[in-house]
Order: sequence, then structure tokens, then C-alpha cells
Amino acid sequence: MEKYIKGRVWRFSENVDIDQIIPAIYLVTGDRQELAKHAFENVRPDFAKEVSDGDIIVAGPNFGSGSSREHAPRALLGAGIRCVIAPSFARIFYRNSINIGLPLVECDVDAADGDVLAIDFADGKIVNTNTSAGYTFPSLPDFLVDLLDVGLIENTKRKLKRTG
Amino acid sequence: MPTISEKIMSRAAGADARAGDFVLADIDCAMAHDGTSVLAVKAFTEMGADRVWDPDRIVIPFDHIVPSNKETTSVLHRKIREWVGRQGIKNFFDIGDGICHQIVSERFARPGMLIVGADSHSCTYGALGAFGTGIGATEMAEVFASGKLWFRVPQSIRITVDGALPDMVSAKDMTLHLIGKIGAGGATYKAIEYYGKTIDDLSISGRMTLCNMGVEMGAKASIVPPDDATFDFIGRRGSERNGESKDDGDGYSSVYADPDAVYSGELFFDVSDLPPQVATPHAVDNVQPVDEVEGTHIDQVFIGSCTNGRFEDLKAAADILDGKKVCVRTVVAPASRSVLLQAVRAGVVETLLSAGAVILPPGCGPCLGAHQGVLGEGEVCLSTANRNFKGRMGTGGFIYLASPETAAATALAGEIADPREIFTSVKRP
Repeated sequence: MEKYIKGRVWRFSENVDIDQIIPAIYLVTGDRQELAKHAFENVRPDFAKEVSDGDIIVAGPNFGSGSSREHAPRALLGAGIRCVIAPSFARIFYRNSINIGLPLVECDVDAADGDVLAIDFADGKIVNTNTSAGYTFPSLPDFLVDLLDVGLIENTKRKLKRTG
Repeated sequence: MPTISEKIMSRAAGADARAGDFVLADIDCAMAHDGTSVLAVKAFTEMGADRVWDPDRIVIPFDHIVPSNKETTSVLHRKIREWVGRQGIKNFFDIGDGICHQIVSERFARPGMLIVGADSHSCTYGALGAFGTGIGATEMAEVFASGKLWFRVPQSIRITVDGALPDMVSAKDMTLHLIGKIGAGGATYKAIEYYGKTIDDLSISGRMTLCNMGVEMGAKASIVPPDDATFDFIGRRGSERNGESKDDGDGYSSVYADPDAVYSGELFFDVSDLPPQVATPHAVDNVQPVDEVEGTHIDQVFIGSCTNGRFEDLKAAADILDGKKVCVRTVVAPASRSVLLQAVRAGVVETLLSAGAVILPPGCGPCLGAHQGVLGEGEVCLSTANRNFKGRMGTGGFIYLASPETAAATALAGEIADPREIFTSVKRP
């Protein structure tokens, strides 16, 4: 995982659910790039067209509620999203995101569409470069940082090799 | 002083664990359906895993898109069938057997078990005193390979519900009422334990409705402590169930909270005057009494899903529809083959068909908007399912969530109707 990122904000409200992130009709593919084409299709059709690599999502509480669909964080990764910041996340979305390498930050950040945020993961700090407002967030336990770094698939692969 | 969740997690992790602790737990039962097993099996292969840790602890039901709606789905279904065969997984349930949560509850869930499902409504198994929780597809692959998974032991909220539910008001109304009060994120990361006379009096079917929608408040698990109703339900399964102990009433590792267990919150509800409840578009916690939305035009009624597709639900709808005709398209999907058989034998299916309803094969039906009743632009559905998110049952559709009683009354009226006004003399079992 990169220790420091800077990216443009896409602002969302509270309770953004999985059906908004990726409608169920696209469950037939697991391909990130393909899923990314349909991210937020029903609620924010401009997202898939205008999102660019390195962007950040800032949302209200309970981001990722609803289904266990891993397709949702996959779609966001495919779209180039580097981090999602929200005061709280639905727990399955949280697990899925860590497992496939999408960093999530639990923090209540005031930011508007297009603002640029600087995130320091090592120190747990966020600065909104447009407003100069600063925020802090608690760092993840070490084993989750490892998981985020290598991804669950690689992590399990290594474990399976060790145990034979 | 542990809660039910702390006790189940401690047992599964082999070490004393309290809320906030991270544990690596042994999984008692793992379920993935046709929608999530595809990614899970792909990840399993990518992990370099060869054999699953225990084929008898894995359950694979096909329910999300059954029968297949197109060629690509058929190919995915075939790949999973082949993988299940290669792995020697006996607990495979093909099209028409039923919804994953119904199958796991009917055949596998037991009090005290730790069950993970690659589906968010896996919290349903709390109706039988199990810790059931939803996980993602990739981590299901890890469970398939190792039988273990990490958890943060959740804090618990203690909810007590008292009062007899009024006529034509059922578990779904109570559940929607709680969600409206607690909010869509009100129990995020937490487990809920349910107590009180109303819960004691609920059938297992009603408890499943309640626990099923725990995730709509963000809950990690929602659990009703096991009692005689639980043991009766499990005892009736006969020899179909997997697992080592006999169905003789002994050997259930039922788990109860200590009297001085520590909860992060405690809530009390009285439902003795509760009117029928409706969740309006596009959020499950937009809950209102039925009279606030009475008269709303409806294009389709859906009765079914893991929330309300059981015999008791179909019977409640049939009692209202008996001898009458629906005036909007009414789609009914029984939760399982055994539910459908029971409904056939009891004449419930005949009543529903005579009233003009369409009976789908057991499965998820139109709940997730993949097939069998997708809404057109601007169309409105009153559904007994669990989610009314924007676009869920079709891009431009609107979904109202309610009980089977309100659904049946609405089907007769063609607009949202109060079941107490349509039919007042029948009480649910």
C-alpha cells in the first residue's frame, strides 16, 4: 500500500448501498474494468465517464450497505479509486475492500466534489488542500495492513504453501 | 459476563474473547450461492488451493438466478456444479430447491454454531440461536481452503420487545418498525440479541424474518436465544441434516448470555398497538405506518424472499386472497421446495392461483432485479423482501416493503391497502 496519496474527491451522501455502486445485473462478471464501466450507473451516470485514476471517494456514514457483493469494491478499484473515506462502513463492504486491496479510512471529512485531499496512511492524517482543514484517523492493526498490502488471495497462497 | 456472540466466538476461536478482540475462528458451516460461489471458486483456484477443508461443512444452493436466464449464467452454473462434484460436496442444492438461507435454516443451522455465508442475509441463522454472518466471496475462498476466518468480536445491543402483535400485524411489521427506529446504520459492526414476550411468542418463521433484516441496520449478527420452539424446529429435520449429533434433543450446544453480560446499548419496544408498517423508497429505514401511504398506486406485488417466503407467509396471504381476485400482477416465490410442497398440500397454492397470482419456482425471484418480474421505468412494487434500494428491482422502479398481509391486501386493492380493513378475522398461528 502506498503510504501517501493525493487525489480528487467524489462526494457522496450517507447510506450509499451496494445496488447503487454496482447493479446486480452485472454480477455475471468479476472483471474490475468491466464492472467499473457501470459503477454508480443508476444514481450518478457521470461517475464512470469522468472518474480518473487516483480519485478518492468521500461519503457519509454507512457506506457500502446492503449486499455482500464483492463486485462493488472491485468496480471502485477498476475505476481507479484509491481510497474511500467515510465516518463508518457496512462491515462486509469493509472486509471485502481490505481483502482485495482498496484502502478505507474511517473519518468524518468535510470535502466537496473536486476538492483535493492528501492522505498520509502511515501517520493517519488527511488534509483537504482546498480548505486546509486537517483530520486524523486511527491506523489499522498490523495484520490488516499486511492483508491490504498483498491481498487476501496472495496472503492465503503463502499460508497454504507454508502449511503444505 | 459474556454475551452470546462473545461465547460463540470464544468457543470457535479456542480462546476467551471479548468485544473488540480480533480472533481467528473455526467455521462450523460455510454457504455460498450461485451469485457468489463463482468468484469464491475463482479465488480458491488462484490461491493455489486444491481440496476444500471439509466438504461436509460446505453448502452450495442455487437460488439467485434459477432457472438460468441466459447462456452466460448457464455456463457459470455448470462450472460450479462441476467444481462441487470434484470437491465431493454433498450439500449441493440445485435450481428449485430453495433460497440459500431457507435451506441452511431448514437443514444445517443449530444453536451455538458459527456460520458464514457469502451473502449479507446470513444473519438469518440467528433465528435458531446461531451466530450467522455474511462475508465476501474472496474470503469465502479462504474459508473453503482453511476452515478459518478472522473476526473482530462484536459488541452487542440488547433489544427487548413486549406486547402481543395485533391482528394482521406480523413479524415483518415489528421488524420494519425496529429498523425505522434504529436506522440503516444503527447497529453497524454490532450483534443484536433479542428478548421479550413478543420474541418468545414468534414462530421460527417469524424469528427468521426478524433476524434476516438485522443486516438492514448494519448488524453483524442478530440472535434469538434458543428455546423449545427452536428445539422443536431442529428436531423435525430428521436425518437429512448433516452434523454429528442425533436429533434427540441432547447435544445442542445452546448458548445464552450471562445475566451480567455487557451490552453497548439496550432498547425496549412495545408492539401491542403497532399498525402495519411500510418502508418507502429508496431506504429500508424510511418506515411509516400503512395509513400514511394508503392509496399509493402499485403495479406489482411480490410475496416471497428469504424474509417472507415461508409457508406461514404464503398462508397469511392466501387467507386474505381466498375467494377473491387480485387486480395487479402478483408474483409469489416460495422460499424452498419444502415450503412449496407444504403450500401445495395445504391448498394454499390453489388459493393463490385461483386468486390470480403467479407462482415462481422456489428461489430469490425478482428480489434482486435479475429476472422473473423486473420493474419497468417508473413502475412501483410492493414487496415482502428486504431491500428497496434505488434500482434494485429495475433501474427506474420504486419499491415499498411490507408484510405478506399488507401485500395481499394491496394485491386486491391495486394500491397500498391496510390489511386490517380488508380482512380482520384471521389471526396468524
